[in-house]
Amino acid sequence: MKYTLSVLVENHAGVLSKVSSLFARRAFNIDSLAVGITEDPNISRMTIVADGDEYVIEQLEKQLNKVIPVIKVRTYREGEYISRELSLIKVNCPAKQRLDIMKISELMGASIVDVSVNTMTLQFADTLERFETLCDLLKPYGIREIVRTGTVAIEKESRK
Amino acid sequence: MISGAEIMVRCLQEENVSVLFGYPGAVICPFFDYLYKTDIKAVLVRQEQNAAHSASGYARAKSTVGVCVATSGPGALNMITGIATAYMDSIPLVCITGQVRSDVLGRDVFQEADITGACESFVKHSYLVKNTADLPRVFKEAFHIASTGRPGPVLIDVPVDVQTAEIEEFVYPERVNIIGYKPSVSGHPMQIKRAAEMIRSSKRPVICAGGGVLSSGAKPRFREFIEKTGIPVVSTMMGIGIMPSDDPQYVGMLGSHGRKAANVTVHNADLVILCGARVGDRAVASPDQVVEHANVIHIDIDPAEIGKNMKTSIPIVGDMKNVLPKLLAEVEYHTPQEWKEQVAQWKAEYEPKPQFFDGYVEPKTFIAALSGMVRSKAIMCADVGQNQIWCANNCRLRDGRFFTSGGMGTMGYSVPAAVGAKLARPTRDVIAVCGDGSFQMSLNELATIATENLNVKIIVMRNTVLGMVHELQDVLYESRYAITELSTVPDFVMLAKSYGIDSAIASSNEEAERIAKDMLRSDKPFVLVCNVHPNTSSR
Repeated sequence: MKYTLSVLVENHAGVLSKVSSLFARRAFNIDSLAVGITEDPNISRMTIVADGDEYVIEQLEKQLNKVIPVIKVRTYREGEYISRELSLIKVNCPAKQRLDIMKISELMGASIVDVSVNTMTLQFADTLERFETLCDLLKPYGIREIVRTGTVAIEKESRK
Repeated sequence: MISGAEIMVRCLQEENVSVLFGYPGAVICPFFDYLYKTDIKAVLVRQEQNAAHSASGYARAKSTVGVCVATSGPGALNMITGIATAYMDSIPLVCITGQVRSDVLGRDVFQEADITGACESFVKHSYLVKNTADLPRVFKEAFHIASTGRPGPVLIDVPVDVQTAEIEEFVYPERVNIIGYKPSVSGHPMQIKRAAEMIRSSKRPVICAGGGVLSSGAKPRFREFIEKTGIPVVSTMMGIGIMPSDDPQYVGMLGSHGRKAANVTVHNADLVILCGARVGDRAVASPDQVVEHANVIHIDIDPAEIGKNMKTSIPIVGDMKNVLPKLLAEVEYHTPQEWKEQVAQWKAEYEPKPQFFDGYVEPKTFIAALSGMVRSKAIMCADVGQNQIWCANNCRLRDGRFFTSGGMGTMGYSVPAAVGAKLARPTRDVIAVCGDGSFQMSLNELATIATENLNVKIIVMRNTVLGMVHELQDVLYESRYAITELSTVPDFVMLAKSYGIDSAIASSNEEAERIAKDMLRSDKPFVLVCNVHPNTSSR
């Protein structure tokens, strides 16, 4: 099962290494980790997507809480949060296929950020599932490169 | 103007540090140079790992924060094992390392090592100080973090230019404010109520006491709790000394190397109350079996320990010395007589039997005899290996303490730990018990003992093998003794004498006891070598 953890940390040098070394030494598996400064410049937020059962996630939460610069840990439950991931996808695209890919892009809500003679690069910001759908659609044309930011998540205020 | 080095020393003075353990090097020179002008005693150990072990012995004996200091690169790296040992046993240390100049950090200059990176997984927290002005806050926080909540080592890495740079004035912060660090110490009242109910309805309860009871300073409260409830007590290795070894209510140490009676009691209990114990694998090999028939109340200062190794019915996060009186106030309970008698019967039935070999000292009998000869507040430091198990199970502590490397099992711990303990408690008997393997890992500290003229008594169980693994090879590897025979064992008596330390060798229990009696009468250090048969088992 995948869990999304939202971790507030002090915005100091070395905090990321303290958190990431925790994953290694406690043998936790993480799918993605995204870090950025919050509305308060002294505080950063890490969004971590981790794989594990309830025991693993409880341990992960408790161990994260032990890291001194970690201020708060929150595990989001299904339906409680909105999550997005930004990806850049470079796909093979000879001139005769341009229209096809433009259509897919439009259909999925991606934007085209670079075009060359033989490639097209799409920018896509959506959920994990939608990203996978887009990849499935682009695969037949030949995906050259994918760059992903990892998931970021925020708590829903509506329908809480 | 005031230099970083002076600030570091002033911080130590503010924290009432009077003794520290260290080893010099180029980039920690400014610190030691300023320290030289003060009353703080710097004890020169003979290898940096022992600086951390000595600081650990000192911290445990004095219930304070131990301080150890090393230089950059190899000095800091040597200290790692000592830091990790303290981390596993939750010992409060502040470890200070010198570092190369901050403007060349990361360029692999002479004696550079990323020590904060290397120690990441076994320090409670670490700092790489880049500005001299940060030093007072960092030191204040380090001592606070090391000594509060679940204690542990904190590392402060200080580049040499940060030590030499000067700032306007020294102001030591009055309080600490770390937003992410506010340990819960009081125990949740609702959980305490629920725990009390669970105790009241139990028929066969047992308390498992760990090092947390001792480090909390909760010994008197613990005593009161067990006296009023009559619940039998087993301890982990770190919990040894929580009550007198001969107390009828004390069953003994549990675990794979513990007393059978203690394990049988836990496995037949309907309620296990874990007090400051993390249920390590050596203490309870199969926690799932225990929870099949027993409820578990787990009291610990570290929430991450609760439910980590054993499923818990009621978690109580708090400091033992706060939680125990609250729990006692809620619980009106007397352990059923039938259960007490059953436990007492197991205790008598499973009394371990010594095995005597002609021309050798029987170590279990000797440890029991020796611990009866020392004064009641004696500090016994056991090393790692068979000697640790012999001590843990046979040392008859009264009001004394038992120091050992419980979690990490670091060979060579006992002698430097005894050095620290003796400096902390000069009026108490301090004994280090080690094997001929573990002694050879820290016998360089004989020089420290001689230099400081410390009245530390060292018992070396000389069986010419690495006994613990040797024994394992008998059981699991058809007695193939792959690299466990210490073919060359030095003449320890001559060796001790070469340091100016008196020493003697014994080949029978009578002889060992006679030498021990004389040894304890003197106020000088002594090395007593006991010839032990290589087939003597740890059980």
